[in-house]
Amino acid sequence: MPRLVAGGLGFVGLLVLVALAAPLVAPQDPTRQSLRGRLGAPTWQGADGRAHLLGTDHLGRDVLSRVIYGSRVSLVVGFAAVVVGGVLGSAAGVLAGFSRGRLDAVIMTIADAQLAFPFVLLAIGIIAVLGPSFPTLVVVIGLSGWVAYARILRSQVLVVRSREFVESIHALGGSRARIVLRHVLPNVLSSIVVIATLELARAIVLEATLSFLGLGIQPPTPSWGGMVQEGREYLDSAWWISTFPGLVLMITSIVVSRTGDWLRDVLDPTLRGE
Amino acid sequence: MRGFLPFLAHRLFRALIALWLVSTVVFVVMRLSGDPVPLLLPPDAPRSEIFLVRAELGLDRPLPVQYAVFLASLARGDFGRSIHFREPAFTVVRGYLVATLELGLTAFVVAALVAVPIGLLSAMRRNTAVDHAAMGLALIGQSAPTFFLGILFILLLSLKADLFPTSGRGDWRHLVLPALTLGAFTMASIARLTRSAVLEVLGADYIRTARAKGLAEVWVVAKHTLKNAAIPIVTITGLQFGTLLGGAVVTETVFSWPGIGRLAIQSIYNRDYPIVQCTVFLAAVLFIVINFCIDLLYGLLDPRVRAG
Repeated sequence: MPRLVAGGLGFVGLLVLVALAAPLVAPQDPTRQSLRGRLGAPTWQGADGRAHLLGTDHLGRDVLSRVIYGSRVSLVVGFAAVVVGGVLGSAAGVLAGFSRGRLDAVIMTIADAQLAFPFVLLAIGIIAVLGPSFPTLVVVIGLSGWVAYARILRSQVLVVRSREFVESIHALGGSRARIVLRHVLPNVLSSIVVIATLELARAIVLEATLSFLGLGIQPPTPSWGGMVQEGREYLDSAWWISTFPGLVLMITSIVVSRTGDWLRDVLDPTLRGE
Repeated sequence: MRGFLPFLAHRLFRALIALWLVSTVVFVVMRLSGDPVPLLLPPDAPRSEIFLVRAELGLDRPLPVQYAVFLASLARGDFGRSIHFREPAFTVVRGYLVATLELGLTAFVVAALVAVPIGLLSAMRRNTAVDHAAMGLALIGQSAPTFFLGILFILLLSLKADLFPTSGRGDWRHLVLPALTLGAFTMASIARLTRSAVLEVLGADYIRTARAKGLAEVWVVAKHTLKNAAIPIVTITGLQFGTLLGGAVVTETVFSWPGIGRLAIQSIYNRDYPIVQCTVFLAAVLFIVINFCIDLLYGLLDPRVRAG
């Protein structure tokens, strides 16, 4: 394992720990406002006598505490969206692989159409109409990434279904569920892990992007994308409001996707060409 | 050109299916949003007037009929009237389209012009400091969130270094930061792809032959390598254009660029659904047309594709 990846995994582990223990780790309540301590630069002793290592925002809230709490949003939405996309995509892939013919064609046409379209636009349209909420966000981001899973499971089902041992399982009365669980999934598990890791990075960035556009997590709940948006007006006078959450987001994205690349090279070199 | 017409027909069919799917999703989402009539009328409008407007908009008819009417009006380019601008939605969006195309094309051309030579250089100087630096930057460009990249550019190059304006549309200086932001992902992807495509070709037998017969390295690269590496580069480059269109929404918002992406976001806040619908649909058309052209180019470059 290269040192870079080890460092990356350490970073992700730390992020998960910090998110879990946010109330213990965060120096302050992330929504506590302080009119006297507005737009304070990073300091050990602010106007209110407290340390604000990453400064305070336009409402005097502690940026460090908000970055820490923001990691919860990023990770929860990210993981939940990956689960939604993974489950839906896998189910669609298995269905397509076994059904052959019309249903297969329909599912794969939808997959092609979705790949052929900038999904962000559609996501924006859907959220605009349904209104931003946590479940909407998870489902929309999850839906944006189902295709990769569907493809890999479909092709594996196609490979396995024509094998003789599968035909005999079928003849002996073994169900399709059994075939999928015992003979399809184990073969694609490593690919799924790779896809899920890369999808996690994408989901986290997409959530932050939507929150930045005001279509994701709504204030006052801190989210990295929302914080970058809030600090935009104060870039000239208080650069730290936008910069720190943005940097943490950028590092997270780079680290998670690099980990995915590394996993791919180790677990499943065949995915490389894609 | 045998086999090219069926290939063309197949791609055209797929493009039409994609377009139909997008419009259906738009229809379903619009209907999920509930009754738009209260948005159109003052809050104290009498019930009789609400029913009148509903009938006028055809909302009292069965859903399948509404769907057919919706598809028919899309085909005519009729997206309804903007609630905010009080003009046909298409007329409004058309006015913003030029700015988006200007930004998108600039970003795309700059990205391709910068990325291909960098990828080529990286491949020729494999595993040197140049290669590592270029690919490291490319990795960052590929995973950095577009909106934050834009904010960083504004902070460092505009507010601190005072080289470029922070926002708006004007002379070429206004175009630099948005185009860099929008093109960053594309640039990074094309650079990485060019590197791997060139490396792959450099390992081929005919390159060894070309070198063995004493051909100058310049010619080996120009004549034998680039031509064969062009196919994957063109394909991915074309696909990148779609990602670019999606990124335009974010970039235009960050830099207050008066294009259709920013218009879409503002229309969402104004609850101006006809505009949102029109921008999503137009972007889809634009994207599908570009993809179709890329497919054609691909089919011309590589005859093997037509069979597949």
